[in-house]
Amino acid sequence: MRTTHTVIVAAAAALALTACSDPSSSGDGSGGDTVRIGSAAFPESEIIAEVYAQALEAEDFSVERRMQIGAREVYLPALENGELDVLPEYTGNLLSYVDTETTATSPEDIETELPDALPDGLEVLDPAPAENKDSLNVTQEFASENDLESIADLADIDGLRLAANPEFAERSYGIPGLERVYGITGVDFTPINDGGGPATLSALLDGTVDVADIYSTTPSIVENDLVTLEDPENMIAAQNVVPVISSDTVSDEAIEVLNRVSAELTTEDLIEMNTRSSGDEKAAPATIAKDWLEDKGLI
Amino acid sequence: MSLINDTVAWLTDSAQWSGGSGIPWRVAQHLGYTTITVLAASVVAVPLGLYVGHTGRWKNTAVLVTGALRALPTLGLITLIVLLTSVGLTPAIIALAVLCIPPLLAGIYSGLEAVDPATVDAARAQGMTETQVITRVELPLALPLIIGGLRSAVLQVIATATVAAFIGVGGLGRYIIDGLAVRDTPRVLGGAIIVVVLALLIDALFAVGQRLAFRHASPADSHPQLKEKTA
Repeated sequence: MRTTHTVIVAAAAALALTACSDPSSSGDGSGGDTVRIGSAAFPESEIIAEVYAQALEAEDFSVERRMQIGAREVYLPALENGELDVLPEYTGNLLSYVDTETTATSPEDIETELPDALPDGLEVLDPAPAENKDSLNVTQEFASENDLESIADLADIDGLRLAANPEFAERSYGIPGLERVYGITGVDFTPINDGGGPATLSALLDGTVDVADIYSTTPSIVENDLVTLEDPENMIAAQNVVPVISSDTVSDEAIEVLNRVSAELTTEDLIEMNTRSSGDEKAAPATIAKDWLEDKGLI
Repeated sequence: MSLINDTVAWLTDSAQWSGGSGIPWRVAQHLGYTTITVLAASVVAVPLGLYVGHTGRWKNTAVLVTGALRALPTLGLITLIVLLTSVGLTPAIIALAVLCIPPLLAGIYSGLEAVDPATVDAARAQGMTETQVITRVELPLALPLIIGGLRSAVLQVIATATVAAFIGVGGLGRYIIDGLAVRDTPRVLGGAIIVVVLALLIDALFAVGQRLAFRHASPADSHPQLKEKTA
C-alpha cells in the first residue's frame, strides 16, 4: 500500500507541476536567475507567493509561477528534488509535518528546531512577523459578560461550548491542550469542518457555541468585532510565514530580496490582503501583492 | 498491506465497540438520522405522490422538480441551510430529506400510475369512493414500486448521512471526517466499511420486503398455476 501511495503522490506532483509550468523555460534545473515559485492551494498562500514573485521580478530575476499546488505531500518533495525553488510556508505546521514528535510551540523554539528537522535539500529563510494560526475567539458580549482576555480565563466557565475543526478534539493545541496547559475540562465540543469559515462563525454569532477556533488572519474576526483570546502559555503553536527554499538553487541575491519582504510582512497585512481577496473586492493575488509591495516601498 | 491490517485492527479493537464514540452508538445514531430523514421526507412525498399518481395532474412538474432536486449537491445545501439557520441536527436532516424526496415521490406516483386503468374503473364501477380506490386498489398494487422507491431513498440517505459530520453531528460520518482531519487512514477506511456493510444489510432487508410486496400485489405472477386457471 505504501508504494502505491507514493506512486500516486508522485504522479499527482508530476501532473501538477507539468500542468503549471511554462514549457519555454522548463528543464532549467540549475535555478540560475530564474526562480520557480510555488504556492499551496489557498488564497493567502498564493498572495504571499505572488509578493515573493513580484519582489524578485523588480530586482530583474525572471520568475516562473506554479501556484495552487495541493498539499504538503506534493509540494515539499518537489522543493526537495529541485523542481521548485521557493514556496511560502508556516513555521509551526512545517515543523510538525517534518517532525511529528515535536513539542515546540513558541516562535523561538520552532525557529530553533526547524533547520535541523528539515530534510536535506530544504531550507527556511527568515520568518516574517506575520502569523496565521488557530485562534480562539468569543463575541465582544460574551467576553465582557465573563471578563475574558485570555484562554486561561475560560477555566471559570462551566459547560463551555466550543466549535472548531474536527482535529481540534485530538491535537495538542485542542481539547487535550486546553486541559494540560490551562486546566480546562468538560468542554462541549462541536466539530465543524470548515476551517473557521462561515458555518463556524454563524454558530458563534447565534450563540450555539461560546468559543470558535478561527484562523487568525480571517477577515471575519475584525468584521464581527470578535475578541481573540490571548494564549500566554503558547498552547497554540506559532505559525509565522516563512519562505521555504530548495537548497543550492536560490542565489544569495534572491535570498536577500525574500528576507527584505519577510521583514515587512505583518499579521495585519495578511488580514488586509485576505479581506481584499475574499471580500466584495475579490482582487486578484497579483494586484494585492503589487499594491502591498508599492505601499512598503519594496518595488 | 499494512493499511488493511491497521484497518482490521481498528475495527476489532474493543475500545471501538463501546461508549459515546463507539461503533454501536454511531450505527444507532446513523440509523436514527436515516429514520428521521425518511419520515420527514415522507411528510412531503407521500401526499404529493398520491395526488400526482392518482389524478395524473402536475406529473411533468413533479418529474422536473424531483429531477432538479436530485442534482443539488448535499454538502453545498447543508452549508446553505447552516448559514440560514444554525449548526446542528436540523440543517443536516433538512438537506438529507431534500435528497430523499425524489426517489420516494417517484416510487409513489409511478407506482400508482402503473396500475391498470381498467382495474381502477372496475373499482369505481363497484361503487368505491376515491379514498377507497386509493387505499384498497391503487396502493396495494403500487406497493412493489413504492417499496422500490423507499429502498433507493433509504440507501441514498445511509450513504450520504456521512456528510452530516461536517457540521458537528454524530453518526458514522464522524469516523470518516475526524479520521481525515488527523490523517488516520485506518479510521477513515473502517468507517467507510461500516457504512457499506450497513447499506448492504438494509438493502437485503428491502429486497425481501419488495419480493413479499410483489407477491401480494400480483399473486398470479408468482404462482404459475393460479395464472393458468384465471387465464
